[in-house]
Amino acid sequence: MIRERYLNGLVLVLLLAVPLWALINDQPFTITLATRAAIFALAAVGLNIALGLGGLVSLGHAAFFGIGGYAMGILAYHAQTYTPVMELPFVIEGTKSMPIIWLVAMVTSGTAALLIGLLSLRTTGVYFIMITLAFGQMFYFFSISWIAYGGEDGLSIYIRNDFPGLNTLVPINFFAICFTLLCLVLFINGLVARSPFGLALNAARQAPQRVQTVGLDPQRLKLVAFVLSGVITGLAGALFADLNRFVSPTMFSWQTSGEIMIFVILGGTARLCGPVVGAVVFVMLEHALGGLSEYWHIYLGALLLLVVLFARGGLVGLISGRAVAHD
Amino acid sequence: MTDPILATHNLQKSFGALKATDNVSIDLYPGEIHAIIGPNGAGKSTLIAQICGELKPNAGRIELLGQDVTHTNTLTRAKAGIGRTFQISALAMEDTVLQNVLLGAVGAVGSPWRFLFPVLADKLLYSKANDALKRVGLQGDAARRTSDLSHGQRRQLEVAVALTLEPKAFVMDEPMAGLGAEGSKTLTSFLDGLRDEAPILLVEHDMDAVFALADRISVLVYGQIIETGTVDQIRSSKAVREAYLGSDT
Repeated sequence: MIRERYLNGLVLVLLLAVPLWALINDQPFTITLATRAAIFALAAVGLNIALGLGGLVSLGHAAFFGIGGYAMGILAYHAQTYTPVMELPFVIEGTKSMPIIWLVAMVTSGTAALLIGLLSLRTTGVYFIMITLAFGQMFYFFSISWIAYGGEDGLSIYIRNDFPGLNTLVPINFFAICFTLLCLVLFINGLVARSPFGLALNAARQAPQRVQTVGLDPQRLKLVAFVLSGVITGLAGALFADLNRFVSPTMFSWQTSGEIMIFVILGGTARLCGPVVGAVVFVMLEHALGGLSEYWHIYLGALLLLVVLFARGGLVGLISGRAVAHD
Repeated sequence: MTDPILATHNLQKSFGALKATDNVSIDLYPGEIHAIIGPNGAGKSTLIAQICGELKPNAGRIELLGQDVTHTNTLTRAKAGIGRTFQISALAMEDTVLQNVLLGAVGAVGSPWRFLFPVLADKLLYSKANDALKRVGLQGDAARRTSDLSHGQRRQLEVAVALTLEPKAFVMDEPMAGLGAEGSKTLTSFLDGLRDEAPILLVEHDMDAVFALADRISVLVYGQIIETGTVDQIRSSKAVREAYLGSDT
């Protein structure tokens, strides 16, 4: 058994070491893979706040991932075509600045999470899963029919967006941005889990009745967690679109929601670095097995089955044992 | 006479044709333990659920400190001063004992909206939680996972969480349930001392505990209070004996 905090450190060091190794050996594709893993991890860290801490099994997190993606796509598309996003009642110009795009992605996905959460949180259990799935699908079909932004074909962005002082087209630079954001969000996640809010949310998942009798509203706690979760997944969506320089309705699809959930469950629900481990393993399998067969998901399915059956705490739980309440 | 801390007036609740609560008026005065006893299915839990705001009565009124709280929810009543313990422990089982009492402290202080500050570093919350644990005798178990506690210790923890709220009235749903003789004795002597802090509305099956603790007892049968009185009055009541043992037929 390795203590979880050491394991977390090890995972992050490895995720940093691989692209550095690739940089020295001039293998830019490996850097791109690591970047992909870091972005998926970020999306899953977002879901982990809702799922792990709040117990909210959302099968609609692709909505936030996609909103983040389209926030980037739309702003960058207008910047590259020199057209305003809208003119009435006031003019909004497109932009190629990453920080502004991130902010827009987080605000829009947070707003969507607030609205979706307000409705979805009236339900629990399987109904909650279905209603979040339904919202995700609504966004999916909306994006398909949104011809102005490519409809089914999606939107291509020719040049990666700018970050002050960095050439973002250099793979290692873009990896550095994504990795830094991941670490920052993990740090914040760690703080939130130990805060009064985290404590109350954790209890709201396990014993909502108890939370009420101490005068706290479990629904409101869960709603805030859902919004926080949506904001982070939205940020990941913007980065993902920037990595590919392309957005399409696929980002909104329920398979995307499922994959984000798989990262969390594979790595370990409610474990700080569970989503990171899950995303890294996923990208590794995708890369290693994807070359062998188009149907590599069969192996992923088998692995997921094993983890769910024999390692309830996910891969992190398998290595570090059950969670220590406050380390 | 002083005003009651907690009172119900002609409370009624039906489930279809079943009158679970039938015109129930009870009150709880400062410094007293008022026990509610009755056979299984008498409507004790339904009554408690209405008092705590989980069930809406069909008719009647509930007052806390003279204020009508009939139409408020659990949350508002908890904030207004009802400290409740559950029949089946409702605790965050994956969390430590300390975290469970800290939750009470967070609720008491009313500040769950701090996201980046470690809860354990908040001296006020910590001391509130620690005091409550000390009082119920669980301070040595603070770091243990709640699911690892014995049944009796969970009951103590339930009480500790209620203590952190510094309630105006305790409403306890069978705190002795499942406790051994020793555990029951310990909790009895603890509750005995608690009444000076806030009165206790006690629903309990353990008659030894009820007779040892209660200043007044109300007997609930088929949703109706058939008798309210002191321990001696209840012991000698014919109606109560009939309700419990059945009349000669």
